[in-house]
Amino acid sequence: MMPELGKYEIEVLSSYAVSIGLLVALVVISVLRSRKARAALDAVEERSKRNG
Amino acid sequence: MGSIWEYANPKKFISTTDKLLPWVSVLAVAALVTGLIWGFFFTPEDYKQGSTVKIIYLHVPAALMAINAWMMMLVASLIWIVRRHHVSALAARAAAPIGAMMTVIALVTGAIWGQPMWGTWWEWDPRLTSFLILFLFYLGYMALWSAIENDDTAADLTAILCLVGSVFALLSRYAVNFWNQGLHQGASLSMDKAEHVDDVFYYPLLVSIAGFVLLFVALVFLRTQTEIRARRTRALLARERLGQ
Amino acid sequence: MRLAVRAGGGFGLGLAFFLIVVVLVPFGVGPQSALLAKIASGILWLGSLLACLLSLDRIFALDWEDGSLDLLATAPVPMEAAVSVKALAHWLTTGLPLVVAAPVFGLLLNLPGPGYGPVVLSLLLGTPALSVIGTFGAALTVGIKRGGLLLSLLVLPLYVPTLIFGAEVARRGAEGMGYATPLLMLAGITCGAIALLPFASAAVLRVNLR
Repeated sequence: MMPELGKYEIEVLSSYAVSIGLLVALVVISVLRSRKARAALDAVEERSKRNG
Repeated sequence: MGSIWEYANPKKFISTTDKLLPWVSVLAVAALVTGLIWGFFFTPEDYKQGSTVKIIYLHVPAALMAINAWMMMLVASLIWIVRRHHVSALAARAAAPIGAMMTVIALVTGAIWGQPMWGTWWEWDPRLTSFLILFLFYLGYMALWSAIENDDTAADLTAILCLVGSVFALLSRYAVNFWNQGLHQGASLSMDKAEHVDDVFYYPLLVSIAGFVLLFVALVFLRTQTEIRARRTRALLARERLGQ
Repeated sequence: MRLAVRAGGGFGLGLAFFLIVVVLVPFGVGPQSALLAKIASGILWLGSLLACLLSLDRIFALDWEDGSLDLLATAPVPMEAAVSVKALAHWLTTGLPLVVAAPVFGLLLNLPGPGYGPVVLSLLLGTPALSVIGTFGAALTVGIKRGGLLLSLLVLPLYVPTLIFGAEVARRGAEGMGYATPLLMLAGITCGAIALLPFASAAVLRVNLR
């Protein structure tokens, strides 16, 4: 089903690969950071609740 | 002493975006997948540029978002300076890496797109050069946030930097156009395809742009939440250190 | 007022650095006179810009360390005026000497005859902008330890318009073409910067002094 990319195959494919790769990386990093921040906040809030 | 959320805003922001985030994310992925697949598989080649015209579905939305992200940061910085809503300052900080990434995608796809036309991997085309300078502005902004410990000081300084930077970014755009006006007009014309696009390319392009915008919004929601939580964590830790 | 004028020395250092750049370029690109003649105006501009950049952290460094910056803030002189005087002091001790040295260094780089005037003129009009913009950058990073690299990262994009138009004036002049347009743009940017940036710099300093 691959379209006839002709002589520009490398250019088009590499553009898509790089762009999608970078976007996925950004999303993954953002989600990981979010989880870390959530965990850190929960930990500190737990401690402060216990200590009054 | 109860909660130390200084304003109702941060809490409301997190609860509201928690509800919105799944929807925006799903829509973003749907739009991106639709736009890119439509554009990649179901559009013809351009008679002049061959299949490289398919890069338009990445390059144009990324370039648009690179600029729009900075403008959103500018507005958010102004809101922080005038109304002192912390969420605003944190949203600006959250948006910067996204904008920077968009700028990189715009630069890489722009360079790759131009290669068959120019014969080299890089040309100091006014558009590409302006984006390179914009990338430097993003880097400086992010670096300043990281370099300052006090949250409020960092918010103020980066907001002023964003303001001054915006003026100079605009000036740079004009300067770069002036600098390269006579030399490579032929090359930059191929970048202007966005303005002269046929319908058959136009609609998948619109869908892609929508996908990029939605992705930006989703990521800003997510990253601002992270910033809010990180800030509150820092405040609680500081209180612990003082209290004990 | 005396505090405001204190520019932190470094008078000779900027000039020395300018000379080093001018000497190093032929080692980097080869000594062919024709090639050097083509790029001489650009090298003079780049060298001046870099020399300015390196002297920027001195603008507020001493005053920050010994607390006289706080004194400046509480003095009857408005912060904007104090900041402008700092920028002026920087220009007088760094920018202006570069302007004077440029024609001499132009000899080393085989600058074409018609280029001397435009180079001096463009530097004369452009270096004040570099000082004023640099003062803004110095104010932003005044409290940051070892903030020199960050200062460069922040200031260099801000320098781009001045560099482009200033170097265009110099290049066109050296090639014998008219340079009125870039000259006007250069002057406009400098005037705008001198008029408006002190407000931003003063605001930044007030934030940092809190």
